[in-house]
This record gives sequence, C-alpha cells and structure tokens, in this order.
Amino acid sequence: MTRLSPLFRETMRSALIGGAAALLLALVGMVESFRERFIISGWFNVGQVLFLVPIWYAIYTTLRRFPEENRKNTLLAAFVGGAVGSFPLVLLLLLGSVINLRAMFVNASPMLYRILTFNQGLGLGIFLLIFVAALFGLTAGAMLQLPQRWRRALIQGLIWVFVVGLMRDLILTVTNRWGPLAPIFRSIFATNGLTPVGGILLFLIITGLSYRRQQKNASPKKPLDSKARWIVLAGVALVFIFLPQILGLYFSEILDNVMMYILMGLGLNIVVGYAGLLDLGYVAFFAIGAYTTGVLTSPELNAQPLTYWQALPFAMLISMISGVILGLPVLKLRGDYLAIVTLGFGEIVRLLVLSDWLRPWLGGTQGIQLIAQPQIGNLVLKSQVQLYYLFLVGVATVVFIAWRLKDSHIGRSWMALREDEDVARAMGINHVTTKLLAFATGALFSGIAGTIFAAKLTSVYPHSMNFLVSINVLALIILGGMGSIPGVFVGALVLIGAPELLREFAEYRYLVYGALLVAMMIYRPEGLWPEARRRLELHEEEEGPATDALSPSPTE
Amino acid sequence: MLRTRLRGVTLTDIVVWLIGIVILVGMIWGSVATIRLGKYSPSTWTDLIVTGLALGGVYALIALGYTLVYGILRMINFAHSEVFMSGAFTATFAATGLVSLGWWDRFPILSLLIVLVVAAMVSATVAFLVERVAYRPLRNAPRLVPLITAIGASFFLQYTFRGLYGSGLKGYPEMALFKGEVVLLGIRFFKTQLVVIVGAILMMIVLYVIVQYTKVGKAMRAVSEDKDTAALMGIDVDRTISTTFVLGGASAGIAGILYLLLFPVAHFFMGFIPGLKAFTAAVLGGIGNVPGAFLGGIVLGLLESVGPSLFLDGLGIPAAYQLKDAIAFTVLVFILIFRPSGILGERLTETKV
Repeated sequence: MTRLSPLFRETMRSALIGGAAALLLALVGMVESFRERFIISGWFNVGQVLFLVPIWYAIYTTLRRFPEENRKNTLLAAFVGGAVGSFPLVLLLLLGSVINLRAMFVNASPMLYRILTFNQGLGLGIFLLIFVAALFGLTAGAMLQLPQRWRRALIQGLIWVFVVGLMRDLILTVTNRWGPLAPIFRSIFATNGLTPVGGILLFLIITGLSYRRQQKNASPKKPLDSKARWIVLAGVALVFIFLPQILGLYFSEILDNVMMYILMGLGLNIVVGYAGLLDLGYVAFFAIGAYTTGVLTSPELNAQPLTYWQALPFAMLISMISGVILGLPVLKLRGDYLAIVTLGFGEIVRLLVLSDWLRPWLGGTQGIQLIAQPQIGNLVLKSQVQLYYLFLVGVATVVFIAWRLKDSHIGRSWMALREDEDVARAMGINHVTTKLLAFATGALFSGIAGTIFAAKLTSVYPHSMNFLVSINVLALIILGGMGSIPGVFVGALVLIGAPELLREFAEYRYLVYGALLVAMMIYRPEGLWPEARRRLELHEEEEGPATDALSPSPTE
Repeated sequence: MLRTRLRGVTLTDIVVWLIGIVILVGMIWGSVATIRLGKYSPSTWTDLIVTGLALGGVYALIALGYTLVYGILRMINFAHSEVFMSGAFTATFAATGLVSLGWWDRFPILSLLIVLVVAAMVSATVAFLVERVAYRPLRNAPRLVPLITAIGASFFLQYTFRGLYGSGLKGYPEMALFKGEVVLLGIRFFKTQLVVIVGAILMMIVLYVIVQYTKVGKAMRAVSEDKDTAALMGIDVDRTISTTFVLGGASAGIAGILYLLLFPVAHFFMGFIPGLKAFTAAVLGGIGNVPGAFLGGIVLGLLESVGPSLFLDGLGIPAAYQLKDAIAFTVLVFILIFRPSGILGERLTETKV
C-alpha cells in the first residue's frame, strides 16, 4: 500500500490538530494549573483530561465520518491516530529537554514535563505518553463500534462523572446540610475529586439510567400545558427565593455576582437579542447607574447626600437618558459599525471618568467611597444575603417586564427590525422610537444593576467599569441563547457562577470565553436554551440545498 | 431644491448635527484660545507634529489590515489588533534573544531583519489561522455572527498570548544605531521616529503596488467586487481571502516592530487601543482603500498628538493629554455617523455600509 486510505489520512490529520490543541493548552499553563483538581482522586486529574481529550475528540469526530469502514481498520486507525496525536506533546518534551523553552514560554516548566511524562522520567515517560494517547484513541474507535444507544449512555455517564468530580466543593457544602443524606455524599468524595469506588458507582448509575431513559423517551417531547408551566415557574421561583439557604453563606458572594450579571444580561438581551443591535459599550450604562448613585449619595462629593432610595429614580432616569443619547446618533448605523461606535462610546465614558478634568465631580482614579446602602425602616441592607434579595427583587421585576415586552407590540417590532430592517420599516414600524426604546430599556436594566453594585461595595472605581464587563455579558447571553430569558440565567450560572467555584479557572476565563464565542457561533448559534423564533431565523438557510456543502454533515 | 433636501431631515438628524456643531465650535474656540495664550513655542508644535506623524504611520500600517479584509469580506476583523500584538510580543523575545547572543549591536541591520521576519511571520500565521478557524466556516452566516466570532477570537488570542508569554510587561531592547536625534530641514526628529515614518511609507508603497499591479492584487480586487463572479472567472476565492489575511497580518507584524520603536514595551493587552485607533484611521480614510488607510492614519496620529494641547488646553481642561484617546474615539464615533465612507472613500451604498 503506497498511499494511505482516506480513513487513515484524515484520522492522522485531525489527530495532529487535536495534538496541537493539547500542546496549546499545555503551553498556556492550563494543564499545570489543573493538576491538583482531581476527577477521581489519585487517578485522574483535569490537567490530564485537558491534554488527552482534544486528541480523543479529534479522532472520535473523524472516525464518525467513516461509518462504512470495517471494524479492524477503524480500530487500527484509532490506535495509530492516538499515537500520532501525541507527537506535538512529544516534540515539546524533546525540545524542552534540549533547550530552555521557559525563556519564552513561561509555562514550559519542569512541572509540566513531569505531568506529561506521568512522572516517569523522559525516556519511559515519552513512551508512556504515546501509549496512553494511543489507548485513548482506541477507546474512541471502540466506542463507535457500540450501538448508538449505549454510546450515548456512556458519554452521559462520563460527562456526569467529570462534572460531579469538578463540582465536589459545591456539592459537599450543599449536601452537608441534608442531615441523614449527607454521609452518602461524603462517602463518594475524597479530599479532592471522587473516590475511585464513588466514581465508578456514579458512572454505572448514570449510564444505566440514561440507557433506560432513552428507551422511554422514544416518543417526541410534548410541550408543557399552561398549568404545568405555572407549576414549573413557581418551583423555579421558590428555588431562587431559598437559594441562599440551600447553598449556605459561603456562596452568597458568588450568588450576588451571578444575580448582577443576570440583571445586566436581561438588559443586553433586549438590545442584542430582541432588537439585534450589537452593543459593545454596554458597561457604560452600568457605570452611569453606579456613578449616579455614588455622586448623589456619597457625602464625599455632595453636601446633602440623598438616601439610596431617593437616588435610585435619578439613576434610572439618567441611565435611560444616556441610552437615548447613545441611540440617537447611531440610529442609521447597522451591524458592525454600530458595534464599534458603541465600543468607542464605552471607552469615552471610561476615559472621562478616569480623567483629572472631571475629578471634582466623579472622583477620578480614586473613585467614590461612602455610598449609601439601601435602608428599609431601620434595617440597612448590607449583608450579602440581604443584598441577594435586593438583586432578586430587581431580577424578578426585570424578568417580568422583559417577558411581557417580548410578545407585546413593541417586542414584535424589535424582532421585525432585527430580521429585516427595510421590510420592517416598509410595514410601518417607526424604527426611530423602536430602536431608541430598545437602547433605553437595555440601559435602564444595566443602570439598575449598577446602582445595586454601588450599594453593595459602597464604593465605585473606574477600573471596575472596563470592556471586559461588556464581554462577560455578551458571552453569557450568547451562550444561553440570544433573545431567550431562561438563556440569560443559564449563561450567567455557567459563565459567572462556575468560574468562581474553580479557582484555577479564573486565569483562563477570557481565553475560554473567546473560544466559546467562536465555537457557539459555529456549532450552535442559537445558544443552549434557544428562543424559538431565533432558531428558525438562524437555521432557515440550512434547509435550502444551496448551503448544504458548508454546513457540517450530520451523521447520526 | 432646498425643500426636497430638507424633507428627509428628521428630528434625530437635527440633534446629531447640533451635537456635532457644538463639538466643532468647542474645538475652534479651544484652538483660538490656546494659540492666543501662547503657552507652547513653535518648536513644541513641530515636536508634536513629528510625534503625530510617526504614530500615524504605525496606525496606517495596522489600518491596512482592517481595510484589506473589510474590502474583501465586508466585515471588521476585530481580532486584527491581536494579530498586531502577537507579532510585536514575539518580536521582543526575538530581540532579547539577539541581545543575549551579542548580535543586536554588532549586526544591527541583520538583527533588525531577523526581528522583522519573525514578527511578520508570526502575525501572518495568526491572521491566517483566525480566518481559517473563525471566519471561513461562517462566511454565509448573518452579519452579526462573524462579528461575534471576531470578538471571541480577539479575546482568545489575547489570553492565549498571556498564557504563553506571561502577563508581565516585556521590554524591547534599544538599538545603538537608532539612539539620538537628527535635524532634517530644520526639524528635529528622534532617529526612531524617522525610521518609523520612512518604514511606514515604504511598506505602504509595497502594499499599494501589490494590490494594484500584481496578479494576486488583481484577484483580491476582483473578489472584493463580487465573490461569485470572481470564482466563475477561475479565481480561487478561499485562497485569495487567505492571502489577504496573510498580507494584512504581515503588515500588522511590521507595524508591531515600528510601534515598539516608539513605545518599547510589549504586553498581551497592547493591541486593543492601537487596534481600535487603526480601525478609526481606516474608516477615516475610507475603508477598503489603501491610500485612504495611510491618509487616515496620518490624520488620526496628528489629531491625537496635537489635539489635546490644541483643542483642550485652551478650554482650561487640566491634564488634557489624558484625553487623547477620548479624542480619537470621538473622531471614530463622529466619522462613522457623519461620513462612514471616509475622506477618500466612494459613497458606499447602504447595503455595503
């Protein structure tokens, strides 16, 4: 055989790409930082997952495109592919043993080499690495030999073990308060990650359950009737009301953060999701809300400081007005120019706040301290749990408004403008008021988040108002699904909540967000919890024959 | 005649124009006041102008990447600022390496060439990969979609390079050859400024020639006019688009070195502000237009270096230099609102803008 068959060629190629991805993850330092985060205590840590799974995934997706190949060839290709996939890492090890890569790549440390060689020294370690990678490749090939139902169940089981192992701290803190049930959970966890027995048990249980469930769910899902929907909603509301009690004090800080981002996400969801106006300077309104509260209530800048509740209407009003002021000039712009102008606007606001020029009024780089906290009767809301309820009231109000707006006249106009501005205008929609209302509503919600933020910290600094906040909010609504209200909750929990639980993750947060934005747009542009109309819009082209060649071919 | 023109004017137009006029009056008022105060000597002004020219040259080179890509794909390559950063950041390592080898001052021209090639290659590779991974699969998607991936790619690159090279500042070594000043036509230049200006002009000429007079350039212009027709004429569209990204990336890498000559510190976030300003420059000159990028870069560089002292000092604003970025972004906002086609640009139809 002088030429490799397409099966082999493709598998080698994508295994190398997977290996390159693994190399990148190793060099940015993720493999090393996650070495202490065990999935199964003592056996398997997240660092190893990070450099083996890219290779596995590359082989798995490639082999899936060759369903007709015979079993022997597939398994062989998988095994050899796994070995080939480890070559970039092997190259790193060999190079690293000759020259000091650390002068350039700060993370090419001896610790990384030890992880990659499974602590076995260079010679044996490289052999071991190639062998383990090849075995991983082989499992990818073997998995494809299973019937689809088993394969899905296995993948479910693996994902659950991974997530449960990762979320050990959260799960233990919560279940420790469950009295008689607590020891069960304590027994499956080790000091970090799951115990081997616990992991295997969990894997078996989940795999079994999901195997059975697939059998039952053969018929398509029925949509909930309205009564059931109300019950679900009431359940969700109850969970949110008792969330601080369920999770305990330890997590209230994280919860406050999540709620703040939900509030902002709901606002941006109106601007980007409903009306289709990509606003990258969204943090500006957050800043305006926070600073208005600060200026009005802080005795530092103000001879007669107002209380929080007195300042709140002003902050809301000023946020809305600034939304209109931004909206007015950009009415004619579309798409990417709009994004850039809003980005510029956000930067201008930040630079003005930072400047010495406005220092007497806005505090310059020092920020504003001594901001009033909200007070009800004699009760000052200052603990994190109390502020959580303030956020919750804000979120509940805003969710209600957003939900009612969605199917209202104005909501439909927003969506019409999003789908086709020219047609919408021809149909008699006043694009000026409609767009301005979107900007004003979005700005209002963000402003409210800003005021609570100011009250929570009792101080505001220009440095907390940077572009990254806008990106956080954008990433969370895209993950959840643009235009979808539950999507905002999902996005905020995953992108804001989860990173706070994994300390190692903080450093790589924006790296992952960036990759996530790209991946979501390519593979699932409608988000994790899509809004029905949006999904139709994004997939309407794929139904036509013209773009079939471009869309990834579904094999299952 | 006047009546027909006035019919299309709405309240929002009036408001926008009012804001514009207020800012313009403020600028003129400030300039007059500054000049009457006589706080700055003529030589200070020429210094500021020279600084502005050098800065403008760098912006122009980065702007070229935006312009070429926008011309061909009608999308803002948000990640271009990170392409610039990747080249510059890598170049500091190459330069430090050459210093420790002792080549930096012994063979300055050779060292400079090596650094230039390294920067251009890294930037071109990054640009190529971004197009291949993040933009190509989405070429027929709704317009918002590639913009979001561009933002994603930008953040991914920023934090990848932070992970690879560390989050600290990295100094770019000074070269003995470029130390000191020269006087040319009675104007005082730092040698680095002169190198930057000359280098930028040379690069612009090279790129202009490539786009206008070579076969690749012709293919690029054809694809930019109409992708489908170009494909029918036997042009490999994917390949041409890749070439465009590589070309834009290489020039961003070289811009990275020139930028380091002016501000000799590299870090992972260094691309964001120059990138945004270069985009402003591209729009200012007329996006999709190579000489326009140059003109826009120079104008923006001048506005930024002269502007704070000229417009704002006279208005009694303290520490006006802090607002130089605000001036650039105000220019960005207003150019996009009033004349999105730029100074040299054709009047683009609404669908193109």
